Amino acid sequence: MIEARGLRKRFGALEVLRGLDLCIARGRVTAIVGPNGAGKTTFIKSVLGLARPDSGMLTFDGAQIGDDDAYRARIGYMPQLARFPEHMTGEELIRLLRDLRDGGTVNQQLVEAFGIQGELRKPLRVLSGGTRQKVNAVAAFLFVPELYVLDEPTAGLDPVSAGILKSRILLERANGSTVLLTSHIMSELDELADDVIYLADGRVRYSGALADLKETMGHRNLERAIAALMVREAAA
Amino acid sequence: MSGGVLPLPLPHAAPNTAVRVRYAAVVMKVARYQARDVLRSRWLAMYGMFFLAVTEGLLRFTGGDARAILSIASIVLYVVPLVTLVFATVYLYGAREFIELLLAQPVDRRRLFFGLYLGLSVPLAAALLVGVCVPFVAHGFDDPTQRGMLAALLGAGVALTMIFSAIAFCIALWCEDRLKGLGAAIGVWMLCAIVYDGLVMAIVAAFADYPLERAVLALTVANPIDLARVALLLQLDVSALMGYTGAVFQQFLGGALGTLVAAGALSLWIIAPITLGLRAFQRKDF
Repeated sequence: MIEARGLRKRFGALEVLRGLDLCIARGRVTAIVGPNGAGKTTFIKSVLGLARPDSGMLTFDGAQIGDDDAYRARIGYMPQLARFPEHMTGEELIRLLRDLRDGGTVNQQLVEAFGIQGELRKPLRVLSGGTRQKVNAVAAFLFVPELYVLDEPTAGLDPVSAGILKSRILLERANGSTVLLTSHIMSELDELADDVIYLADGRVRYSGALADLKETMGHRNLERAIAALMVREAAA
Repeated sequence: MSGGVLPLPLPHAAPNTAVRVRYAAVVMKVARYQARDVLRSRWLAMYGMFFLAVTEGLLRFTGGDARAILSIASIVLYVVPLVTLVFATVYLYGAREFIELLLAQPVDRRRLFFGLYLGLSVPLAAALLVGVCVPFVAHGFDDPTQRGMLAALLGAGVALTMIFSAIAFCIALWCEDRLKGLGAAIGVWMLCAIVYDGLVMAIVAAFADYPLERAVLALTVANPIDLARVALLLQLDVSALMGYTGAVFQQFLGGALGTLVAAGALSLWIIAPITLGLRAFQRKDF
């Protein structure tokens, strides 16, 4: 679904992506992991067209990501920080996003699962951080997109809500959607991910199935497998 | 379902077709939702109330409406740029994540920029218009010359709002750091509102032996606040209050032509920062 070849991006003196080569398969949940500053967010933003790579190739469903904005109608994005205009209500935010996509059906199942119908009528400023994060999730799942891009989706959610969101992610995958996510909670990725891409210093250090990674590293749990990978990388 | 949260059909099998909404429609949608957010801000209400109180007070205590309009004009020329710059810059830094979310939608940056720009500048202009107009209407003035003066005052105020909200966009887009951006906003205001006049006077004093009319004319056009002041005072026809630059303007360009030139230059001043802001918005990595 997404393919990157030799992707490079520099912010001033800092080279964030140094020739990224990777492939994200359709219909699977791919987790991007790596230390802070590895280039995870920059890569995600490149997929969304928020950041423009300096060189290299980046395609969405075979088409180069560039000046045409229409492909974003096929993506649902959940940013890391759930900060919205203070006086806007959740309902207004949802209506705005729907209007920008020219109407279309809206998936309200997550609103109901979270039970935040009442909260959506209040200004976003008065909502708790967790509730804002729920609104953030709802916004990403509204349009039943082909690709979900979720940056730390469960950050700030209580265990029940995180569980609801994770079930939703797995359900969407079962329905054929592709999911690209980052998280610092390895147990969560263990639960959700089919594939793992490990980034460090702007390059791909590992890319493959989660099960293969665990087997290669000789650990049954992802956290230990990644830790072993990091140690091996540091030694190399 | 959800107690009528959204009157929408339930999912599924969404049409994943990439439909693009018409150009103006997207601009207006973004502008409308954002304007609604801005209009609910306490700061904007205070801004409007400030003009309401000042106008009402001056109308009540100065006796003559012409003098009231002049006093309001001098307040507008200082306060509008300052509040517009600070309010818009702070708002834009706070809306950073919201703008990213909008950029992730199937909308191009150009339309999004104009939507955000209108959504911010229109409420600011509206607060000014309402704040100044309501007391005038309440006092029921019907002298046609004063109506013209009031229209000129409001026109200058709206032009300054448009100019300085566009400059705020440039600052917020160029400057990653919120504190530096706010500093730059206040710096721009200090330069235009306070330092500039002193600079012009210093130049005039230093080169008193040379014919300076054209240079001073150029200096006036180069500062939007000076320009708005001259445009306004030409309209109000009170040469005594115009200061050096205004006197030169009137001497060179007379009434009608001067107003026309000043209005043209003000329009350029609106277009230039909008163009710069749009370019920055289109090129920026969010």
